[in-house]
Amino acid sequence: MDTNNIISPENLVYAKPELMNNNHMHYCPGCSHGVVHKVIAEVIRELELQEKTIGIAPVGCAVFAYKYLDIDWQEAAHGRAPALATATKRLLPDKMVFTYQGDGDLAAIGTAETIHAANRGENIAIIFINNGIYGMTGGQMAPTTLKGMKTSTSPDGRDVQTMGNPLKILDLVALLDGVCLATRTSVHTAAAVKKTRRMIKLAFENSMAGKGTSIVEVVSTCNAGWKMTPADANDWMVENMFPVYPIGDLKNI
Amino acid sequence: MAKVKGYVDVNTARCKGCNLCVVSCPTGVLELQPREVNDRGYHFVYMKNPDECIGCANCGYVCPEGCLTVYRKKAE
Repeated sequence: MDTNNIISPENLVYAKPELMNNNHMHYCPGCSHGVVHKVIAEVIRELELQEKTIGIAPVGCAVFAYKYLDIDWQEAAHGRAPALATATKRLLPDKMVFTYQGDGDLAAIGTAETIHAANRGENIAIIFINNGIYGMTGGQMAPTTLKGMKTSTSPDGRDVQTMGNPLKILDLVALLDGVCLATRTSVHTAAAVKKTRRMIKLAFENSMAGKGTSIVEVVSTCNAGWKMTPADANDWMVENMFPVYPIGDLKNI
Repeated sequence: MAKVKGYVDVNTARCKGCNLCVVSCPTGVLELQPREVNDRGYHFVYMKNPDECIGCANCGYVCPEGCLTVYRKKAE
C-alpha cells in the first residue's frame, strides 16, 4: 500500500493535542511531564472546557507549563498552588480549576496548603507529579525520595534514621473527608497513559460537579536527576517506586 | 501479512531522541537516526521497518514531546 494512501485525516489514530502549542518544551528528553501535559490537553478538549479552564502552574520543572498549553494559567508561589486554586475557584465557581504540582512543591513546601485545601474540600483538581527528587534544582533529596536512594544531597543514599521516611502524602490526603478522588497512576506505557487520562478526566468532572477535591498522583521518572536513560528510568520506576507508591485508587467516591 | 497498515509521521524538529517510542513499539518499527541530528542536536526517530507498522499508536501515547502522528488503514 502506498504511504500517501495512509496519510489522510480519516486514518488518523493519534496526533499531538490541539491545545498543546508548538513551543519547544524545556523538559529533558524522556521526561514524564510532557506526557502528562498532553493528557491534560486531550482531556480539556474532550470535555470542551478550553474556555473554562484555569490551570495553576507550580514552581519546579513545570513552572513553564503555561507556555505549552493554550488555556488560562496563573503562576503560584512555591507550594501555594492549592491556595491560589482555592481563591480562583471560589471567585469563579463556574470555571474548572486545576493545579499541576511536583513532589517538591506539593509534598515539601506546600504540605500545609495541600492538606488544608483538601480538608476544606475545595472543588479543585490536583495533578501531582511524583518523581522522588527535586529535578529542576539539580536532583536534591525530596520528602518523597525512596529509602536508600542516592541524590545530590544524599550521596550515600537516604538514611531513614537521620533523613526520615518517604512521605506518602496521597495516603495522608485520602483520609480527609473533603477528598472525593485520590488515585495513583503512571505514564510509562500506552495502557498506563490511557488509565491516567481516565483518572484526570474524572478529576476534572468532579471539579465541575462540585464533589470536592480530586488528587491524581502520577508516579513519574526524572531520568536526568536519577542519572539514567529514559527507558532505564521507566524500568527503575517499576522496580523501585511502585512497591512504595502502589498504583491504584485509594479513594474514589 | 498484516491486515492493517500503519504509518508514523515524525515531527523531526520537535523530537528529542529519548528512545521511549522505540522501546514501546511491539513490532520494532522505530529507531533513532544513528548519524543524522535535527537542528537542536538530537538524534531523531525514524521508521526503520515501515512495513511492520500496525498503527497501534503506542509510540504516540508515550512520546513526551507529542512529535508523532500515527495513521492506520486496513490493507486492501
